Amino acid sequence: MSGWYAVFRKETANFFVSPIAYAVIASFLLISGFFFWANVSLMSLISLQAANNPMISQRINLTDVVIRPLIQNMSIILLFLMPLLTMRLFSEEKKSGSIELLLTYPITDLGVLMGKFLSAGLVLVVMLAGTFSFPLLLLMLGEPDMGTLISGYLGLLLMGGAFMALGIFLSSLTENQIVAAAISFGAALLFWVMSWTSSFSGEKLGAILRQLSILEHLDTFHKGVLSLVDISFFVLFTAFFLFLTLRSLEAYRWRG
Amino acid sequence: MAMIEVDGLTKYYGRLAAIRDVNFRVGSGEIVGFLGPNGAGKTTTMRILTCFSPASSGGAKILGLDVNTDSLSIRKKMGYLPENIPLYGWMRVRAYLDFVARAKKIPAGQRAQEIDRVAASVGLDQVMGKIIRWLSKGYRQRVGLAQALLGDPPILILDEPTIGLDPIQIREIRNLIKSFSRNRTVILSTHILPEVSEICDRVIIINKGTIVAEDTPANLTKSFGKSTRCQLVVRAPAAEVTTLLTSFPGVLTARPATDSVNGETAVIIEASPGKDIRPALARAVHEKGWDLLELRPIHVSLEDVFIDLVTEEIEESSASEGLEKMEVAS
Repeated sequence: MSGWYAVFRKETANFFVSPIAYAVIASFLLISGFFFWANVSLMSLISLQAANNPMISQRINLTDVVIRPLIQNMSIILLFLMPLLTMRLFSEEKKSGSIELLLTYPITDLGVLMGKFLSAGLVLVVMLAGTFSFPLLLLMLGEPDMGTLISGYLGLLLMGGAFMALGIFLSSLTENQIVAAAISFGAALLFWVMSWTSSFSGEKLGAILRQLSILEHLDTFHKGVLSLVDISFFVLFTAFFLFLTLRSLEAYRWRG
Repeated sequence: MAMIEVDGLTKYYGRLAAIRDVNFRVGSGEIVGFLGPNGAGKTTTMRILTCFSPASSGGAKILGLDVNTDSLSIRKKMGYLPENIPLYGWMRVRAYLDFVARAKKIPAGQRAQEIDRVAASVGLDQVMGKIIRWLSKGYRQRVGLAQALLGDPPILILDEPTIGLDPIQIREIRNLIKSFSRNRTVILSTHILPEVSEICDRVIIINKGTIVAEDTPANLTKSFGKSTRCQLVVRAPAAEVTTLLTSFPGVLTARPATDSVNGETAVIIEASPGKDIRPALARAVHEKGWDLLELRPIHVSLEDVFIDLVTEEIEESSASEGLEKMEVAS
């Protein structure tokens, strides 16, 4: 992995010199902010209505009305935005030919890949860190469930990483950024909804589809549960697509 | 010691061989020109030497290291300028060179100094703060050379370093290449012939994936010309001159250079190589009683050699294998 830092610095500079990072982060914060505001307003509305009814008011809490929907919405926004972060990472270099120079510097392919992966990861972290104001507000005004918050954010990070790995792999297959983004979005969405067919696709196939579905594995994080199975799923998903990217780079070298 | 040893290098793209059984050696401090038409396999060979792409078979050793197994160590000792100089247009020159210095693992303490040294040596000091995209082609070429020179690599591989430049820029870049090639081994590819005779110690002519000739530019023009040529001007009727020359021993062809003017006939004679027919020709003209006005050798240029070698191959292959294959290769 040696030499990754040089690539990481260059890619991070590219994200923040070009408006890509700002555009993606701004959209993410704007839409998350909108959902947060909507959820909090809903919370205050139903709290008011439930004020006279102790039976209902006991069942209303911040976690269910604000935090969980917010994290679910943020994961869907990430689904839309992550392909935009990863689409150019390899396809741009392939199109301009600069990949030829990059791959003849004394950096291993893994170093190049990790430099790019981690720089997209940094943008993701900045993006998520930008939303910390929401839980901070909740902490000041009420008693949100910290466990759900932490596991929710961890889920967003792991899922974002998985989408990044998928997007980088698809970006390494094409010279065209739009193609990379479109296929990344399509593939990510497919992994997202895969379990929807499990009820009518037979017992064995259904079980496999459920296991491959991102939504299925994200569920425990939203519930505030840290399950080894679900963490492993995202880690393996990421590792698998990073591995495919390395093979794709090797194939590119052979063809080059 | 040979800095670069290439043995039986072969690379297939699918079923098409881009290069086939290429062998050559490059010694320390040599500037070798890789000459060939487009699609001859120059870039393919360079990409294998720079460890960008592996060979299908055969091997290459650079500084005694194998390109297949010691790729990373080789890449540390090599400067590469690909064709079309792919730079990061959005970066400023200094930031770009800093990235390359980091990628080449130049220690932090020496980085700034090394960047300044290289920038000064290629004449970039005035544009260090500029964005690469807005630089002129000549300056971009210099940035390309600078990134290759960072880390003071003993081996430089330059793929068409002067393509797309204007004549003044070409001369500047050539002088630069000459200036920093003193203690380095340089391989450069080109299809501009004067470039080769001007800067290279040795020429490797490659065509359709195989080496067709390898020698110094001077030796190539001496030994690889199909024939020696001279021009004869005599005061005599053209028809008679032609009759004399066609039966003259050693003459391959004779064709009139211009129409006869004032009874002067100018003929260009192609004679068998390695034999000077001028003395015999002069005597023959004298015996006929004609006035000998001019008899001078026409020197074979590297261009003639190149065209001869390359077209010969094409003629041979089209005769033996049919036109179809030629189209694929070109």
